[in-house]
Amino acid sequence: MAEAQNIPVGSTTAGSIAVAAESTVATRMSAPPSFDVADFPVPHGREEEWRFTPLERLRGLHDGTATATGEGVKVAVEAPEGVTVETVGRDDARLGRAGTPVDRVAAQAYSAFERASVVTVPKETVLTEPIRIAVHGEGGTAYGHQVIELGAFAEALVVIDHTGDAVLAANVEYVLGDGAKLTVVSVQDWDEKAVHVGQHNALVGRDASFKSVVVTFGGDVVRLHPRVQYAGPGGEAELIGLYLTDAGQHQEHRLLVDHNVPHCKSNVVYKGALQGDNAHAVWIGDVLIEAKAEGTDTYEMNRNLVLTDGARVDSVPNLEIETGEIVGAGHASATGRFDDEQLFYLMARGIPEHEARRLVVRGFFAELVQQIGVPDVEERLLAKIEEELEAAVA
Amino acid sequence: MATLEIRDLHVTVEADNATKEILKGVDLTVKQGETHAIMGPNGSGKSTLAYSLAGHPKYTITGGTVTLDGEDVLEMSVDERARAGLFLAMQYPVEVPGVSVSNFLRTSATAIRGEAPKLRTWVKEVKEAMERLNMDPAFAERNVNEGFSGGEKKRHEILQLELLKPKVAILDETDSGLDVDALRVVSEGVNRVRESGEVGTLLITHYTRILRYIKPDHVHVFAAGRIVESGGPELADKLEAEGYEAYTKGGASQ
Repeated sequence: MAEAQNIPVGSTTAGSIAVAAESTVATRMSAPPSFDVADFPVPHGREEEWRFTPLERLRGLHDGTATATGEGVKVAVEAPEGVTVETVGRDDARLGRAGTPVDRVAAQAYSAFERASVVTVPKETVLTEPIRIAVHGEGGTAYGHQVIELGAFAEALVVIDHTGDAVLAANVEYVLGDGAKLTVVSVQDWDEKAVHVGQHNALVGRDASFKSVVVTFGGDVVRLHPRVQYAGPGGEAELIGLYLTDAGQHQEHRLLVDHNVPHCKSNVVYKGALQGDNAHAVWIGDVLIEAKAEGTDTYEMNRNLVLTDGARVDSVPNLEIETGEIVGAGHASATGRFDDEQLFYLMARGIPEHEARRLVVRGFFAELVQQIGVPDVEERLLAKIEEELEAAVA
Repeated sequence: MATLEIRDLHVTVEADNATKEILKGVDLTVKQGETHAIMGPNGSGKSTLAYSLAGHPKYTITGGTVTLDGEDVLEMSVDERARAGLFLAMQYPVEVPGVSVSNFLRTSATAIRGEAPKLRTWVKEVKEAMERLNMDPAFAERNVNEGFSGGEKKRHEILQLELLKPKVAILDETDSGLDVDALRVVSEGVNRVRESGEVGTLLITHYTRILRYIKPDHVHVFAAGRIVESGGPELADKLEAEGYEAYTKGGASQ
């Protein structure tokens, strides 16, 4: 792996730093952002934002043929005292503030959901227990919308678990008041047939800090689009991602951090391990530093570890800088292969093949898992990684 | 007493869409407590012998037998060979990012010994072994071979040799690329293991330099894929004085 820096595995590991007068992040989308699905043409697969995605496996989420089943996807919210949990109608004024859908499926979800869930942590409320949201599929098709709002100086940890089998298009909004601190862990631990597409919009208040941990293990197709914008200066966003892509799975994480105000920070680290035939991981990391965003400090990184032949990674970091008055901006992408020589070395020390792979994968993820900063979540993730590796080996 | 027996070993390798025979009938017996030096010019097949014994997938065995205490080594997977008591100190140890030395050593020791070493005694055991090899304790937290200097990689190999206590140790050009100080430290490590009397050592080298520190019982000259001459330590002196020319130009090597 040490020699494999920036070497593509089966595909492109392209990257670019553009200094542009006009953002291509926005213009290379096939339609401008909109809440209305009718504003987006049905994708044919050659669009920039769809070219990596197997449309035929989206079960109709992209072309309007997927009909909500009414049941078959259950959402349960468990919140500590002091937190308000509401189910609201489409016309609730609190919806749609953190961002606008940027692609057809996100707009489809926004156009089709009937009720939204709004979780509110009042200002200056510091939670000591996490808010837990369980999304469990029982074979249904659903469109969803979730808002999580923290008032000024509130602090919370939210764990969102996705399990079972579902066809789900759902958007999540995170609205952080001034000085608020929110950590969200979204775990995609779906059964093997599930399809999950969603846009996560965070609006980070003045001096607020937002930490997103996205963990994707399961599903047939998972395509998530975490996006961050800032509502005032001094905001910080940390986007951490882990994915373990097995044979036949398509896992796509597309990120955008829009530095639209001065003196904000962002740090993006996504790591994935792939194993098996036709395991396909896609990582798109867009960071935009707008002309007015002086004092921006940003870094984004994607690392992939390919454990077997037949897996494919597409990793595309893209940094656009419209002002030179910044603290720092950088990106990195690397895809390495667990090769026969490493395997031989470990086995020559008596370590069986499956144990050797586990050792390497655990090591690859351990450092990132430690950055989550929530011990019980960390332990669960490490256990989950073990379990996934066991299952894949067996 | 553990015995490694190599009989008429033939090995090929695929290169440039052609099959090339590298080993052309190797015969050798290494017994516990003995030290054999295998010396030969570049390209004679010394390293191929080492990697074939360890089971590297690049090499195909086309004939002959290898047994360890009567057990068929060639039937074993790479990890089974290691657990049976074979150890290969590699000429070019491989970097394994993300895996710390301490985690690696413990996993390996657990596999070889059949049970996890007791943590308290293990930590002490590793610490003392590292001290003997003049290794900085911070080494344990670094990733396996990642960013190691040539000398550090070789010390790390010998550290494993000391901890894993194999029946037969194959040292593939452990001396190459080492300065005199590092060579001395590494050789002392090998000698500590040899002094236990429980290991058979197969020392593969191009140079006679290491034989000043590690005294072999038997010296074999390797040329063109087989052993062409065997003798005692005096054979090394002859090679030191005359080089390999006699074996590479016609005659014995063909």
